[in-house]
Amino acid sequence: MNEVWIFAEQKDGKLRGVSHELATEGRRLADSLETGLAAVCLGHNVQGVDQLVALGVDRVYLLEDPVLADHNEDVYTTCLVDLVRQHSPQVLLAGATTLGRSFIPRVAARLETGLAANCTGLEIDPQTRSLLQTRPCYGGTLMATVVCPEKRPQVATVRPHVFKKGPSDASRQGEIVRVDFDSSSVTSSTRLIDVIEDMGEKVKLEEADIIVCGGRGLGSPKNFDMLSELAEILGAALGSSRPPVDDGWVPYAYQVGQTGKTVSPKVYFACGISGAPQHLAGMQTSDIVVAINEDPKAPIFDIATYGIVGDLFKIVPLLTARLRQANA
Amino acid sequence: MNVVVCMKQVPESVTISGVPQGTASVRPQGKMVINPFDMYALEEGIRLKERYGGRVTAISMGPAEAEEALKEAIALGIGEAVLVCDPILEHSDTLATSYVLARCIERLERPDIVICGRQATDGDTGQVAPQLAEQLGLPFLSYVSRIEDISDGRLTAQRLVDEGHQVVQVSLPAVISVVKEINEPRLPSLRGLMQAKKAEIPRWTAPDLGLDVSKVGLDGSPTRVVNVFVPQRSQQGQMLEGSPESQVDQLLEKLRDAKVI
Ligand SMILES: Cc1cc2nc3c(=O)[nH]c(=O)nc-3n(C[C@H](O)[C@H](O)[C@H](O)COP(=O)(O)OP(=O)(O)OC[C@H]3O[C@@H](n4cnc5c(N)ncnc54)[C@H](O)[C@@H]3O)c2cc1C
Ligand SMILES: Nc1ncnc2c1ncn2[C@@H]1O[C@H](COP(=O)(O)O)[C@@H](O)[C@H]1O
Repeated sequence: MNEVWIFAEQKDGKLRGVSHELATEGRRLADSLETGLAAVCLGHNVQGVDQLVALGVDRVYLLEDPVLADHNEDVYTTCLVDLVRQHSPQVLLAGATTLGRSFIPRVAARLETGLAANCTGLEIDPQTRSLLQTRPCYGGTLMATVVCPEKRPQVATVRPHVFKKGPSDASRQGEIVRVDFDSSSVTSSTRLIDVIEDMGEKVKLEEADIIVCGGRGLGSPKNFDMLSELAEILGAALGSSRPPVDDGWVPYAYQVGQTGKTVSPKVYFACGISGAPQHLAGMQTSDIVVAINEDPKAPIFDIATYGIVGDLFKIVPLLTARLRQANA
Repeated sequence: MNVVVCMKQVPESVTISGVPQGTASVRPQGKMVINPFDMYALEEGIRLKERYGGRVTAISMGPAEAEEALKEAIALGIGEAVLVCDPILEHSDTLATSYVLARCIERLERPDIVICGRQATDGDTGQVAPQLAEQLGLPFLSYVSRIEDISDGRLTAQRLVDEGHQVVQVSLPAVISVVKEINEPRLPSLRGLMQAKKAEIPRWTAPDLGLDVSKVGLDGSPTRVVNVFVPQRSQQGQMLEGSPESQVDQLLEKLRDAKVI
């Protein structure tokens, strides 16, 4: 039976969280298809691939070379397509990260197969045994289930943080297959010149367990300082709805939603955010949503786990103060 | 400099009430607009023309009504526009769409840069741009937030990535997709509106482009949408009542119980 595959993305030699999530989810799908699970990892000096085995991967195809250290999409596309052609997996999953959303479409196109973007639900159809891929569209107002009935592999990018990393079993046996990589055989027309870590030392939105997000209800740019304080004490990342970005209060990199970033933290604080569909599209898969809004009819309360109807200028400082007390 | 901008007409919004649970296709009603992200692509195309000279052409694949969107692009300052329009192209997925757009671009004067929006707000896939690059055999740069320089057949650009921004160089011709950060789209000028009114938008069909019909439309699309539904909120939310102090205390207790803080 053809295997289920995951693309295990690394960054600076460390596997990304989504790679662990995919290992767990891939195992579940492989079990229901009664087949094996393999991971493909491209990088240089990659740490912790055994972790993938412990999470349920049977075989890791590992390609290591200095050329693969950065996410060169031309090279990544060629490597992944070659491996897929050699082994013909039936399913290929990758994280819907910047990298995944940029190069996986090219992989799928070169293989002339289907691709579902940014999936939040995966199931095996009991009748046809094909992969049911559920994903948000129309800015999250609708969900669509997509299948790829004939072409193989069935390829999906999967939204990070939606699937949970399962328990790992260090005694699990798996195979690490080192695949030869001949750097002279690949060419690339792109070159990375510089990396600007302009979010500074701050917690990155995509990786944060907790996000404190502010909207138009904050009223003015300096009030983001108030949110920053709360974020800092929680070890959280700071985010924004669209209006504060449009008005230049905070950089675009902070924007959550259809036009901005897609996040799925353990806790999402929505402060002074009404909850327009385009905003919800970027955060509605968060585990716990805390909404603070003075308008009891704000749609954000429809998806909030905990809702506080009140003035955020009272609630937020109080919250920060209580957390400070507790930490002291 | 020869630039092609790919743009799509999308519904401004969908009314959920119009979508019964479990249908396989959505027919959103209401006003159709240029995909908001394509406004940035159009603006960047016009700016490149202003800076480097040459031509900028907007192309769209869609129904006859999409001509309106292309006219709006001309009103903004896009020189020429082409509509690829054929009933056989209906229900094309991203692979089929990118195939058609690639064949269309090959019919035009060879572009130096093809600009797409980051994603279309209907399907929300963001796949057409990279797949178009693949079908044209060109390099691709996603999420471009600033074009820094074009010289010696190379484009240097900033792109938005998970960690912040990268500066990347790519050889031309290339396909790029752009994010909102890249510019502020202009409004149509009076002169532009006049030009748009007079403009004749050529319409190319599948035979005009010599398309392989097995690669387009529903039959040429590897994916199928089997279900469309309104997302169900899985958890019943809880409103925390009382004084602000009590609300905050209840919240902290819940979060501590959930072991998330
Ligand atoms: C194509 C497209 C893409 C879009 N993409 C995005 C996107 O990526 N991200 C995004 O966020 N939006 C996006 N939008 C915009 C979206 O439709 C909304 O306009 C936006 O999300 C609203 O932001 P907001 O909730 O901060 O502001 P508002 O809707 O103005 O809400 C502010 C809220 O704050 C509350 N408030 C005010 N003062 C206080 C106070 N003192 N205490 C407590 N509550 C208070 C108000 O009751 C109100 O509910 C997009 C729109 C389109 C058309
Ligand atoms: N039918 C189409 N005609 C022209 N351009 C398109 C079409 N569909 C998508 N595009 C381009 O591809 C980008 C991404 O679209 P999508 O992959 O559908 O999210 C859009 O912003 C457009 O630039």
